Amino acid sequence: MADILLELRHVHKRYGENVVLRDLDLTVRRGEVVVVIGPSGCGKSTLLRCVNALEDIQGGEVLLDGQPVRQEAKNISQMRQKIGMVFQSYDLFPHKTILENVLLAPLKVQKRQRPEAEAEALALLERVGLADRRDDYPRQLSGGQKQRVAIVRALMTHPEILLLDEITAALDPEMVHEVLEVVLDLAKNGSTMLIVTHEMAFARAIAHRVVFLENGEIVEESRDPKAFFTRPATERAQRFLRTFEY
Amino acid sequence: MDWGVMLSYLPLYRDALLLTLRIGWQGVALALALGVVCALTLHLRLPVLRQIVTAYIELFRNTPLLVQLFFLYFALPKVGVRLSPDACGTLGLGLLGGAYMAETFRSGLDNIPTIQSESAQSLGMTRLQAFRYVILPQAVSSSVPGLVANVVFLLKETSVFSTISLMDLMFTAKDLIGMYAKTLECLTLLVVFYLIMLLPVSFLGSAIERRLRYAEFGDRRTV
Amino acid sequence: MQSLGIDVLFKGRNLLRLLGGLWVAVRISLISVALSIVLGLLIGVLMTGKSPVLRGVFRLYLETVRILPQMVLLFIVYFGTTRLFGWNLSAEVSAVFVFTFWGAAEMGDLVRGAILSIPSIQRESAQALGMTPRQVYGYVILPQTVRRLIPLSINLITRMIKTTSLVMMIGMVEVLKVAQQIIEANRRTSPNAAFGLFAVVFLLYFAICWPISRLAGYLEKRWA
Repeated sequence: MADILLELRHVHKRYGENVVLRDLDLTVRRGEVVVVIGPSGCGKSTLLRCVNALEDIQGGEVLLDGQPVRQEAKNISQMRQKIGMVFQSYDLFPHKTILENVLLAPLKVQKRQRPEAEAEALALLERVGLADRRDDYPRQLSGGQKQRVAIVRALMTHPEILLLDEITAALDPEMVHEVLEVVLDLAKNGSTMLIVTHEMAFARAIAHRVVFLENGEIVEESRDPKAFFTRPATERAQRFLRTFEY
Repeated sequence: MDWGVMLSYLPLYRDALLLTLRIGWQGVALALALGVVCALTLHLRLPVLRQIVTAYIELFRNTPLLVQLFFLYFALPKVGVRLSPDACGTLGLGLLGGAYMAETFRSGLDNIPTIQSESAQSLGMTRLQAFRYVILPQAVSSSVPGLVANVVFLLKETSVFSTISLMDLMFTAKDLIGMYAKTLECLTLLVVFYLIMLLPVSFLGSAIERRLRYAEFGDRRTV
Repeated sequence: MQSLGIDVLFKGRNLLRLLGGLWVAVRISLISVALSIVLGLLIGVLMTGKSPVLRGVFRLYLETVRILPQMVLLFIVYFGTTRLFGWNLSAEVSAVFVFTFWGAAEMGDLVRGAILSIPSIQRESAQALGMTPRQVYGYVILPQTVRRLIPLSINLITRMIKTTSLVMMIGMVEVLKVAQQIIEANRRTSPNAAFGLFAVVFLLYFAICWPISRLAGYLEKRWA
């Protein structure tokens, strides 16, 4: 199909004897928001890291636009520019200001002109409400602000898909909202995203498709998030969702 | 206390200080260069070279400078390697310091979390770019306090130079005590001159450390 | 190629004499370390105390010892006390005195650091369990402090052993001096003995310090 952007085929990942992803197939269409949920240690984060080739895989392949994403491939830098990734712990570069953090990849990797890249950076920072913090250092920002900067940093290379790895898990509750707002806004504008999260309400609101992962396997997949969250088809997903009730 | 005598000794001590400083800084420069090369070798896990570097570091961290100098100055000529006292002092201090600098710099490199490199790579940087723009600058600034402490340590270690007939501060003091027995005056000058040499570096070190602590890198504090 | 001195090493009692010289260095270190640990524990506890005067005094003491080379301290004690107080300290007593003076300061600082590094929540949660201050110290604070302290104090031993090489400069006959004497005595028959002997001294120091450093590194990793 023409509109398939990301495709994982028979991806197999293990650490030594420990299998983390088992013969996993997954596709993400252009403009689609796919949310992956599942218990801790089910392989969600590893899945995202494999898409970006931060992990090597023992079998299968990851295709973006039909082109393989491989750790040792020559074009890995180009491929990664097309894949934006935001981590749980934000991981801004502590020795650089907010603006420099955001500009590092466009200037050094993509060799873009500074005025043009800077204009875009400021526009994006403005959009997430942080243009006035451009000259601050990461340590001067709150967790929520840092995470918004991390999203802008990932957007600056004009990725075709965004990978969000539990981006609110390290945040204080009152900061979760401001970050999720930004993500919702991106979804509204048609960004393609593969999201790993523990925020069930958020998953329900944003997902076009929900994937429930357990023990490295996709147990259930649903194109109807509302139905999934009220009445999951499998017993394992039911059990998982019940842990969020009190 | 005989102030007149002390005054007359001043030029001798000044010359000794200058000699100590000259060789001291040469040694420190050599140590820094060696330390950077060795730390990179270890950090990048270069095969074979890594084992050699580890052996060098262990050997020189676990032996006294005095013994190293004796080997360079008295033993090497017997196999045809003849070095001037100056060269021996520089080389000895450089080899000793290189081992310490390497350790400091390596732990600076190794302490940068891997996710920093990963997030740089996820932006499309190559490993080399990630190292150059993200890892290296952070490693350098986090190793500065340790590097300055090493400099103070090395400058103190110069106090054994007199054994290879370099006319440093210890040599001068011992010589003058032997000749004129003005023990107190000589010892006072000795302390004063060491302080002149070491205090500025030590103050610089604590100033840098305070600054770095104030501008604490990373976000360990906020979360 | 002429002999490089290994034969000299095995001539007569030379090897034994050399090892005897090494023992002098090790003995001084061990005595000094033992004294330093006892004094250091005391100083460390006092440094975490409430009195700012006491803390200031110890700070000054520590900085003074740190800024001056041990060689200078040795000279001051060995040559200075004779002149100033008329004491006639032997080289060995001066050495032990200086190394203890230095070691106790370093050890005190390590103890202070180790005590302060125990998070206050540890003390608080022990108190919350109803422990008396004595119990808090005995069951919670001290065991953790000691764990952090042991690798660091082992490291102090190697630093001490390396530093004792300085005592030859105040006239003690330790391993380097013995090596020099042997070389001197065999100048005629083996003019190149200096190479072998100084190489052996180098390796002897390494053979003693390296295992101790490794042990400290191992414990540090294990108890981190």
